[in-house]
Amino acid sequence: MRSLRFILPAIVFSVVAAFMLAALTSGRDPKEIPSPLIGKPAPAFTLPLLAQTDQIWSPEKMRGQVWLLNVWASWCAPCLVEHPELLKLARAKTLPLIGFNYKDEPGAAVAWLDKHGNPYTTIVADRNGRAAFDYGVYGVPETFLIDRNGTIRYKHVGPLTVDVIANKLLPMAQALAR
Amino acid sequence: MSAFTVIAERSGAIGKCLRKRSAAALIAGLLACSLASASGPAATPADPPNSTLADPSPEQARELLQSDRYRRLAAELRCLVCQNQTLADSNADLATDLRNEVLRQMSAGRDDTQIKDNLVARYGEFVLYRPTFSGRNLALWAGPAVLLALGAFLMWRISRARRTSPGVVVDEARLKRVDARLKDL
Repeated sequence: MRSLRFILPAIVFSVVAAFMLAALTSGRDPKEIPSPLIGKPAPAFTLPLLAQTDQIWSPEKMRGQVWLLNVWASWCAPCLVEHPELLKLARAKTLPLIGFNYKDEPGAAVAWLDKHGNPYTTIVADRNGRAAFDYGVYGVPETFLIDRNGTIRYKHVGPLTVDVIANKLLPMAQALAR
Repeated sequence: MSAFTVIAERSGAIGKCLRKRSAAALIAGLLACSLASASGPAATPADPPNSTLADPSPEQARELLQSDRYRRLAAELRCLVCQNQTLADSNADLATDLRNEVLRQMSAGRDDTQIKDNLVARYGEFVLYRPTFSGRNLALWAGPAVLLALGAFLMWRISRARRTSPGVVVDEARLKRVDARLKDL
């Protein structure tokens, strides 16, 4: 009992320190909020295309395919960071990449794509961000991986990195396409 | 933002809620939760999607904005960009959009629970400043009560041990021996 009195504070300290160390080294970004939409059907929307505003598009059109929905905007600086990776992905033609232009001026968006290159197979424009609300978008860029049945399988918040694409997105997409 | 601020802010919210709830209700809730399954209610996005909801008219919007109900809702929902601010406090673009979304849903006749569920289905429970009382949050809710009970138990044991202890026993013979040796010095 006597020795316990001396050891106990050390034990309590170790437990607290272990929790802190785990939190510090987990690499988890507290700004990243787990999406409740994983495993849920991708919300429906009908939005005009960025370049041809008289044409409408909806995610229903992608049924039967595994595809990526990438939320971006010309005013979004981190979007420029992931852009080369998206271009690489587009060149590899592994997955249809649908651009979701979020709260942007169509003119600015088109100019941005002209300048930096267009990785998207189709681009829809959500000017007021209402459709993005249904996807729980809170920061651009965000990327959703959607399966053949239209179920959201994975969501990445922030710029896509080589690591995320090679170790998460592509293996998941390949497994889903099988 | 560090993990600490999250903890501090959450425990603040718990404190607030605990003061409101009576102990009996808390215990009943804890029991109910431990009996219920560990997963929270399955949140599915409402069908049809929200993007089809109509905007309220300017007069209606003004009226809603001034309502206590709107103010209460906006103060209970969290802005996801500046995570330590409520929708009511935040100047972020997203907060404005979410406030408008709340207004639209209010004018569409949805009640508070429906509106909150709708946001939780999209952004997760993180949008709620007051965490729900589900099995997954049991540790969060029960933690303070368990720690308090543990502290009370320890205090009771220590004070009892003090009361029943015989106090300091002085060995007279030994004391004399020590005194004698001290004198020799």
